[in-house]
Amino acid sequence: MTNSLPAATAETGANAPIVVVDGVTKRFPGVVANDDVSLSIYPGEVQALLGENGAGKSTLIAMLSGMLQPDAGAIRVRDQATAISSPRRALELGIGTVYQHPTLVPTLTVLENLMLGAPWHQRMNRAATRRRLGEISEMLGISLPEDATLGDLSLGQQQQVEIVKALWRGEQVLILDEATAMLTPKGVEDLGQVMGRLRDAGIAILFITHKLNEAVRFGDRVTVLKLGRKVGELTPDQLAALGEDQAITRIVDLMFGTASPEGAGGDADRNNSRLIDGPVVLSADELVAAAGPGEPAVSGVAFQVRAGEVFGIAGVDGNGQKQLAEALAGQRRIVGGSLSLKSEPISGLSVVQRQRAGLRYVTDDRLGEGTVGTFQVGLNLLLKRIGDEPFWRNGTIRKREVERHARTLIDRHDVRTPGPQTPIGRLSGGNIQKALLARELDNAPIAVIYNKPTYGLDANNIQFARRAIREQADQGVATVLISTDLDEILELSDRIGVMLQGRMVGIVDNDRDAQRRVGELMIGVGAAA
Amino acid sequence: MTADAGTNDPTPTAAGLSGQGTGMPEWLVRIVLALVPILLALIVGAVILLLLGRDPISFYVNIVRRGLISWIGLQETITRCAPLILLGASLIVAFRAGLWNLGIDGQFLLAAVITAALSASMIQSVPAWIVLPVGMVAGFLVGAVWSLIPALLKAYQGVNEIVTTLMMSFLGVSLANVLIKIPFNDPNTTVPQTLTLATDDRLPRLFGTTINIGVVIAVVVILVVHWVMTRTAFGLRLQTVGANPKAALHAGLSVPLLTVVTFGLSAGLAGLAGSVEILGVWGNVRADWNPGYGLAIIPLVFLARFNGIAVIGFTFFFAMLSIGGETASRRADLPNYFVLVLVALILIFMALTEWLSHRRALARRA
Amino acid sequence: MSGLLSDAFLISLVAGAIAAGIPLLLAGLGEQVSEKAGVLNIGIEGMMLLGAYTGFYVAFLSGSLWLGFLGGAVGGLILASLMALLCVRLGLNQIVIGIALTLGADGITALLHHVQFSRTYPRLPAVDTLPIPLLSQIPIVGPGIFDRHPSVYLAIIAVFVLVWVFRRTNVGLNLQAAGDKPAALDAAGVSVTTTRTLAVLFTGMMAGLGGAYMSMIGAGIFIPFMTGGAGFIAIVLAMLARGHPTWVLYGALLFGASLSLTTALQVGGVNVPTDVVQMLPFAMVMLVLVIFARRSALPAALGLPYVRGQR
Repeated sequence: MTNSLPAATAETGANAPIVVVDGVTKRFPGVVANDDVSLSIYPGEVQALLGENGAGKSTLIAMLSGMLQPDAGAIRVRDQATAISSPRRALELGIGTVYQHPTLVPTLTVLENLMLGAPWHQRMNRAATRRRLGEISEMLGISLPEDATLGDLSLGQQQQVEIVKALWRGEQVLILDEATAMLTPKGVEDLGQVMGRLRDAGIAILFITHKLNEAVRFGDRVTVLKLGRKVGELTPDQLAALGEDQAITRIVDLMFGTASPEGAGGDADRNNSRLIDGPVVLSADELVAAAGPGEPAVSGVAFQVRAGEVFGIAGVDGNGQKQLAEALAGQRRIVGGSLSLKSEPISGLSVVQRQRAGLRYVTDDRLGEGTVGTFQVGLNLLLKRIGDEPFWRNGTIRKREVERHARTLIDRHDVRTPGPQTPIGRLSGGNIQKALLARELDNAPIAVIYNKPTYGLDANNIQFARRAIREQADQGVATVLISTDLDEILELSDRIGVMLQGRMVGIVDNDRDAQRRVGELMIGVGAAA
Repeated sequence: MTADAGTNDPTPTAAGLSGQGTGMPEWLVRIVLALVPILLALIVGAVILLLLGRDPISFYVNIVRRGLISWIGLQETITRCAPLILLGASLIVAFRAGLWNLGIDGQFLLAAVITAALSASMIQSVPAWIVLPVGMVAGFLVGAVWSLIPALLKAYQGVNEIVTTLMMSFLGVSLANVLIKIPFNDPNTTVPQTLTLATDDRLPRLFGTTINIGVVIAVVVILVVHWVMTRTAFGLRLQTVGANPKAALHAGLSVPLLTVVTFGLSAGLAGLAGSVEILGVWGNVRADWNPGYGLAIIPLVFLARFNGIAVIGFTFFFAMLSIGGETASRRADLPNYFVLVLVALILIFMALTEWLSHRRALARRA
Repeated sequence: MSGLLSDAFLISLVAGAIAAGIPLLLAGLGEQVSEKAGVLNIGIEGMMLLGAYTGFYVAFLSGSLWLGFLGGAVGGLILASLMALLCVRLGLNQIVIGIALTLGADGITALLHHVQFSRTYPRLPAVDTLPIPLLSQIPIVGPGIFDRHPSVYLAIIAVFVLVWVFRRTNVGLNLQAAGDKPAALDAAGVSVTTTRTLAVLFTGMMAGLGGAYMSMIGAGIFIPFMTGGAGFIAIVLAMLARGHPTWVLYGALLFGASLSLTTALQVGGVNVPTDVVQMLPFAMVMLVLVIFARRSALPAALGLPYVRGQR
């Protein structure tokens, strides 16, 4: 299960784990979210649980906090095998959780949020609540405005309230799920200090993150999840022995590298960069995209993609990749800079116009926006061409044409479906993705943007999707491949751009040295090439 | 609530209703799923009748005899279908696009009043074959205009259309009465009412029956609506917005524009229903007349799973219940409202059947 | 002093505002609780009507208004428990079920009324009032507000009880969390389903009381369909009041006043069609919605069934 690193089960001294996760498996329809995961959580220690989105971190936390039940395996708390059957049970066991999505009520005050959950017949005891808040605040070294409405506080402060709440009944285990995701750098610093104080107070902390540098900075122990499996663990001793730089290299290996149990064939020769001399097809210059509140703001992005070239965009998830993709596809307004397709400016064109011009977007949100689950496969395959000839004539559908089209694409892309009329929501994730690829790659694409095209798929479907991407590129399609899976980027790309905080911080050729340079750019340590 | 239509999930079709594994063809499953709630409702209704000391068998027999078998009754039933079918068409448009147009009563009544006033005054100078279509177009427009505020608020501000359409409905009903009593009042009658369109000038009747061509118009309209919804690009766009607004944006559809258009069509059809009822049956509108078809027709449209052809069937069934129910109720010394109880029961059993079949489908998949 | 500002006009207006406003107030307060908890209770119209019937029936049989109120509350509760079972427990569509319950109540009360009262049309005797010393002596508003059946005072007290519940009790916190962030309530270890079920039951009770007031005290008689959309108005009042019980009170009185304005105007010697006046409150609501479109926010999870683990 674990990788080449020595599996670290050696316990540090007299310190016995307070929570042990033992071979836990959790399945969802079409996905194995956690596959035989084991780890131990120790008092007085910050354990960083590192992994990309979709690695299974949230599922693991949901099981520790009583929101989900494992399908197999067991969780032991203080050496007792325990079913954590509900959030209340988790609290009783002394496990407090700060969720990635805030679980406080924005319309209540800080104090009221802390009182939430008391038996209904009990009197509200504001004085006692204030006192307890004072105690915990002191332990954390923070101060909170008790009577302010929660929604009016900064996100950092809201999170502090979450932490206070998670420790309310003297919980000994604190789970922090992507706690830094919405914080400012200052907020992250503050959180680090809070965690330090808690560790010193003997609390066991499980700090979940997808940011490598945070894991190394705050974690006494680092555990890496990948695609639902635990791929490695660095114990405190190992971390101390390695030093920060080497530790990072080691973890990058675990997360993205060949150490992965299902790496991309382990080809040692990484020089995938081909000589592409086709004309420039897609060109972005100083692109600025509109951003809503809480979204990463894409600005100053510039790149060019030639016909037949695969331009990979790497980066830790949530650094503006999705927003960039939406801006390219026309779903998000471009407020500055220029975007052109075959030298024609297209910033002002609508989604449909860009689609007709040959620019395609394979979204990562397959069920949320890519398809209409209740519609049949055949219609989903034409979702972006509603009303077009020959499938509609004078606005009227021609079922035979739709079906013929569907059968052609189903055959070409090997979509496993009972038939073209099956609602697409009934298909597996892999087949839905095949259908999406079929739709976007049909009808003479010129440039295609793939956003996490293999996210959540099984190995077969991953291979299938990657082959399709490659074949399209070989036929001269200018390809933008956005992925958080560095293996994938390295396997397919000719050149690689790296996104960090909404900007493209560097573009490198995909040569032998690419993995290291891209990894460094992703966490903000490398200089632009 | 962000007033997101998708979250209201008015699309009980599709998922979970297939006959997979039962060996029954899909259409048969659907018919069974529609008939079971009706049967259960009739049984519970019979129990209620028994409790009231009435004979349920003779009650139901009387309904069928009067509403279906007697020639006069059948003509009434068919005539009654016209406005109901048009309202059904109106709701199909809105519900398929995921919008709750709960204001059809106001749209219906306002259109009825304006149609009555307009046609009765026009007829003095213009031949009927012009007046009648003009009246219908006017009714359609009045309905559409009355939905404009909820439509714009929904499309561009995300304001929950349930509240706004309900409010506009109450407003519409009151405004209709104001119009009847003040500007459009016929000075020659004691009871406030609009001018009357003479019987000869109303919609022509079919082959010496009492059935006017309103029902033909209604059937044609709902078939067209059904065809538009199931066979055209426009209908597919509407349904995409209704089923998954995010997917609609992804596919480059203009969701706000489609929302406004949907509201206009839906409310327009409700207005047309009012016009047809006036031009075909009544010829005028009296103060405080409000048949309140809205609440009764909404469940029927759900029962028909937004299928236009099925709506015709259910509407006929409901019209038969109401027409036959009048006589059956009179014979049993009951008010006619028993039909409402039946409709309510059907609706509740339908929702339960839906839930059960959905559960079974989920259980099978797992 | 004649016409608009005559004493007769004002007294009639105040009295009418109370008479028409109290049922709206009770139902609106009830609806506010279930909306706060995230359930849009469209069936409230039916709950009012059933309460109006059962209230009247019990009062007629027993001769006691208080037993009548109890009967009204039970009537509302019966429908509310159906609503809670179907919508909160089973997660069925709140709007479809709400309409079904309203239709059912329309039909069943009309039936029962016909079977029992259609020949006799019995009336309850005029109610005894409980004049509040001194206050009831105030000219104009005195008799309109402070010389009333005790239930009127109780209804107004209920407003402040709810203010207290919302602001000062754990129940209030739970309700708000269930509507604004059900996951937070769940994470805090309180059952969202139970909270919402109780909220819906409370709504039913209050709607039943409102209906009972309408038939027993407002009209003194039960008439089929007598609620005439009052439940829908209550829904809107609750929505616009956005969690403030006192706003429901003001709104109910305002609606009540405009509903009674016609009568008052006639008393004052001015003849205006009822319908013009009846449009006022709805027009006002629309105006408010148009102006404050963006801010007419409803509880975030309103109308949505809660499923643990779904975001």
